[in-house]
Amino acid sequence: MLGLAVGLFGISFGVLAVASGLTAAQACAMSLLVFTGASQFAVVGVIGSGGSTAAALGSALLLAARNAAYGLAMSDVIRGRLPTRLLGAQLVIDESTAMASAQRTPADRRRGFWLAGASVFVFWNLGTLLGALGGDAIGNPETYGLDAAFPAGFVALVVPHLAKFEGRVVAAAGVALALVLVPVAPVGVPVLAAALAVLLGLRHPGTAPADGQRAASA
Amino acid sequence: MSWLAIFVLAAGAYALKALGVLVLGGRELPAPVARCVALLPAALLPALVAVQTLTTDDRWVLDARAAGVGAAIVAAWRRAPFPVVILLGAAVTAGVRALG
Repeated sequence: MLGLAVGLFGISFGVLAVASGLTAAQACAMSLLVFTGASQFAVVGVIGSGGSTAAALGSALLLAARNAAYGLAMSDVIRGRLPTRLLGAQLVIDESTAMASAQRTPADRRRGFWLAGASVFVFWNLGTLLGALGGDAIGNPETYGLDAAFPAGFVALVVPHLAKFEGRVVAAAGVALALVLVPVAPVGVPVLAAALAVLLGLRHPGTAPADGQRAASA
Repeated sequence: MSWLAIFVLAAGAYALKALGVLVLGGRELPAPVARCVALLPAALLPALVAVQTLTTDDRWVLDARAAGVGAAIVAAWRRAPFPVVILLGAAVTAGVRALG
């Protein structure tokens, strides 16, 4: 389901990347190696509007910085030998973190992480390939409301975090912090700064936020 | 854009992702730190939803996305299945957009 939306956005990334002057091979290499949708769209947006490479890399890396916070949260989910963890690290993105952290048991978290990460990886790269080769048959994904499919999916995966008081406090503070920063901070900083909201959790003792909650499934 | 720039970006993006995974590496953390780490998704994901729904670039925007995600919130609150929540969010957004 989310895979389909990811694939269609992959197509529009491929189309935009080629339109902004990248070769099809470069567009595909970016989706394989960078594999962070928001950062990739930022790069082709900046390049396409005549911005410098440095500006493109700067905003892309700022947007990618939240993956560092996700990596911390996923460090007990991505277990195993070093090669497994190095591979898992490449799949640390919004979708895999959201899917894993919505689950109740450690085994389900691991399964959620790898399933979501792998399916987004496959659909994102297939979409990029199609789009870069000129398969722009679908038009603008926004016509179908697909840009809202991502926040809608995250909403479903956030519900278990809101079961506990501390989860609600932290979530509300994160939202407020991010929205206040949007007009004044560079793109990428507001969501990253929302991580500071976890400090409020220290004041409200409790167990892990997803405990005792229904688990969403892909 | 050069291949070098793409590889620099790939290396930077991977380093950010791997940082947390490898630094903690699944080891036991002091309780307060572990609690903060466990709360990171609760802090970041709602903020991401808010930014994806209510902003464009550096502006606050109230448009069709808010209607779609609002519908998704109601559906999620009523325990609708995951695919239903996503479909509803996209469909309501597309509908409001088509009307507007």
